[in-house]
Amino acid sequence: MKYSIVGSNKTTTREEKAAAYIFIACAALSIIAVVSITAYMIISGTPAIFKVGLVDILFSTTWQPTAGKFGILYIILTSIIGTLFAVLLAVPIGLLTAVALSELVNEKLKKVLKSAIEMLAGIPSVVYGLLGILIINPAMYALEKSIYAGNPHHQMTGGANLIAAILVLVIMILPTLVNVSETALETVPQHLRLSSLALGATKIQTIFKVVIPAAKNGIFSAIVLGVGRAIGEAMAILLVAGNAVKAPWPFNSVRFLTTAIVSEMGYSQGLHRQVLFTIGLVLFVFIMVINIILSRILKKGEEDD
Amino acid sequence: MTSITAKKTRISDNILLALIGICTFFSAALIVVIIVYVFSKGIPFFKFKDLISPQSALTNPNGLLGNIINTLYIILGTLLLACPIGIGGAIYLNEYAKNKKFVEAVSFATEVLSGIPSIIFGLFGMIFFGELLGFKYSILTGCFTLTLLILPIIIRSTQTALASVPESYREAARGLGATKWYMIHTVILPSCLPGILTGVILAMGRIIAESAALLFTAGSAYLMPRDFFSHFLESGGTLTIQLYIAMTNAQYGQAFVIGMILIILIFLMNALAKWITKHFDVNTKE
Repeated sequence: MKYSIVGSNKTTTREEKAAAYIFIACAALSIIAVVSITAYMIISGTPAIFKVGLVDILFSTTWQPTAGKFGILYIILTSIIGTLFAVLLAVPIGLLTAVALSELVNEKLKKVLKSAIEMLAGIPSVVYGLLGILIINPAMYALEKSIYAGNPHHQMTGGANLIAAILVLVIMILPTLVNVSETALETVPQHLRLSSLALGATKIQTIFKVVIPAAKNGIFSAIVLGVGRAIGEAMAILLVAGNAVKAPWPFNSVRFLTTAIVSEMGYSQGLHRQVLFTIGLVLFVFIMVINIILSRILKKGEEDD
Repeated sequence: MTSITAKKTRISDNILLALIGICTFFSAALIVVIIVYVFSKGIPFFKFKDLISPQSALTNPNGLLGNIINTLYIILGTLLLACPIGIGGAIYLNEYAKNKKFVEAVSFATEVLSGIPSIIFGLFGMIFFGELLGFKYSILTGCFTLTLLILPIIIRSTQTALASVPESYREAARGLGATKWYMIHTVILPSCLPGILTGVILAMGRIIAESAALLFTAGSAYLMPRDFFSHFLESGGTLTIQLYIAMTNAQYGQAFVIGMILIILIFLMNALAKWITKHFDVNTKE
């Protein structure tokens, strides 16, 4: 053996040192990646702001790239409202499913349900988009026709509207909400449940008055993660939302921050392309704010423990 | 649950219970509806011939072989890049790191990275790897971009796997005089390999499902590779990208066939990951 008892020989130390340096480089890469993504989003997103003007980009509603008008207010509002309603709808469904998984069902059923949720999370977003345009859009079109029949002011969208996009988003963020809330509910110490039951509360009362409040940090981080996923989703809602820059009313075809980038990046040039990067920067700012909120919650959770 | 006196039913309890039941049923039924719908629409259009021939206007306009090969290229390239980096990073964080600030910074960066939407990775990949480094629209640009995207998955699963290795293994190895790296590659890594592998398989599922990050990096070509290595420098659309193209062209038959293949692949990945955890994880058996 080349390993002696007295001190390590030269090759081993060299190998040891090399390993340590390689590993620290690997770990540092995450930081480098985040820093360079941030830097590049800012570098490529700001030129258009100076050329068009901050107010004319962020607070104007006219999007006519060929006429040099790049107002993205409707796009921003669509992303905010779409995300907000998707989360509002998905949170109760997700939370109650998580409650069932963690508190009510037996082990066998839980396994089946968890695999179902896992599959739901794994389905590619383009598949959701496909289902959206072939199931949800026709249904929305029927609804639209019955509501706006004979209304000359309404431009028919064929069902590709904000509601359809919101419904797709609800399904897409559901697995995140279920999984993270379930983990949060499971970490609630058993003695809290037992004390509540011993005081005469029913199981349901215990769940809603003791377990859920005790897991509120985790549930809140589930919601924030859901917001992040909803605002960042692109391929699933691209065609479902109808892709027209309009005010985010329920039956309007709309364009989100993400779909604005995907739908025009392929052929855009010059200033138009730079504005698309500005849209990317706006999306990135939203995501960073969400991330910071999330890390605050997680830190607070650690301190509470 | 049962009280000493007669059991009093609370209406609010029953309503809430019913709501929980409905929501749980909804969440679970969704996947059933999705699978049944995709398969019922896809099977009539499914031809085995499409899987073994590339798309060509002359012989077979629905051929998928080119896209299947591109998907395999992307998986292979991304994993070759991301696994060493991710596993190495996790080893540093769990086994070497002494500076708490650095560990916190890396953890925060990983957290941020996993929260960035794939379209942002796509934009970054396009301008950084594609334009600045000059790889243009190519499979390699796609691999670089996806490496950043799956890095958090690999780091996190490896960290969990490393943390599950009992401290006694480390003490025993060090007690026998093993140096750190020697201990890591002879004792620690082999004993947590199943955990790492599970993470890698989940990352593979993520790669297969990815589309937004690939559209502007790897492009959408469907040609067969002319040469094994040079194909990395050519544009290549994966199955998901082809699905997107078929969908925008209203070729729903092909779209559903690809959807079906993707769902089967994702199912296999999930099943494989579970099987590995169940059968090989020494640490969970104890």
